[in-house]
Amino acid sequence: MKHDEQDLIRARQKGRAIVMALLLGAFVVLVFAITIVKIKAGESPM
Amino acid sequence: MARRKSVMSTVSPLLPPAHWRDFLALTKPRVMTLVVFTGLCGMLAAPVAINPVLGFTAILCIALGAGAAGALNQWYEADIDAVMRRTAARPLPAGRMERQAALHFGVGLGAFSVILMGLALNLIAAAILAVSILFYVLIYTVWLKPRTPQNIVIGGAAGAFPPLIGWAAATGQVTLLPVLLFTLVFLWTPPHFWALALFVKTDYANAGIPMLPVVAGERTTRQQIGLYTIPMAVAAVLPWPLGLSGAIYGIVSLGMTAWFGLLALRVATRATQPDDAMKPEKALFKFSILYLFVVFGALVIDRWVA
Repeated sequence: MKHDEQDLIRARQKGRAIVMALLLGAFVVLVFAITIVKIKAGESPM
Repeated sequence: MARRKSVMSTVSPLLPPAHWRDFLALTKPRVMTLVVFTGLCGMLAAPVAINPVLGFTAILCIALGAGAAGALNQWYEADIDAVMRRTAARPLPAGRMERQAALHFGVGLGAFSVILMGLALNLIAAAILAVSILFYVLIYTVWLKPRTPQNIVIGGAAGAFPPLIGWAAATGQVTLLPVLLFTLVFLWTPPHFWALALFVKTDYANAGIPMLPVVAGERTTRQQIGLYTIPMAVAAVLPWPLGLSGAIYGIVSLGMTAWFGLLALRVATRATQPDDAMKPEKALFKFSILYLFVVFGALVIDRWVA
């Protein structure tokens, strides 16, 4: 595999990992917010 | 099937991982705008005020479900997209992504959206969301689209579900008004898509898609655009006389529907000339998008004012 191809693969993997981390972080915040709303409303959290 | 294999064979197993932007492109973000808007309007027009966090979650689920349906549609139609100028640059036909990655992404996103809707909102909204994704992928994309010129008539139901889902997410039930909103989008779809099909007819013919202008000819298509506009107009205006909306919605929907009717009438009563720029068809297509935004927006404003 050429050096350029390896760089491209690494760059793509890094980009996808960053986006995935951000999405997972946002999901955790969303689940937390939903849980708080449900608890305040006196419902089962999920 | 032979064409599908030929496209698959052009995708090298040594492709680098797809860029995250290509996954985003799989979700058809531009189509999603209208889906999200009608879903949001369905939710905001409901008589129950929904918590903003839950409302955001419901809209997110509708958007993710629409994205999943779009991804699975592109996974299945990669061979067709490759021969159409409008779609040839999409990630799969352009060879920027493995086909299996699109399948996994679509299935995962669809399952996630339905499960989240079920857990955070309610099972009725989740069930309608699941039906809408399956309807778009299995009934429209796989079954109807390659087989019948009536594909978008029945398949149009898939795009009509969002206001129903938004309403169900807020109220936990389905009543007459969201059913009328479903009917409006359902009947709006044929004139909207056939106007597009009239000016991209060659693309559809090259791809072997039996769109109405390709199979039945332009004259029939123009007549059908005119005919479908009539029940669409009835469905659009009906909430007012039935007392399900106020005068704001009634007047706006009457005005917008009259304008839609005039544009549709112009398309229905003309014939394509040599070197025709198809301006009336393009005007109808563009206005049809604005129409849905304005009519749904008017409903929300009307309900809030009331």
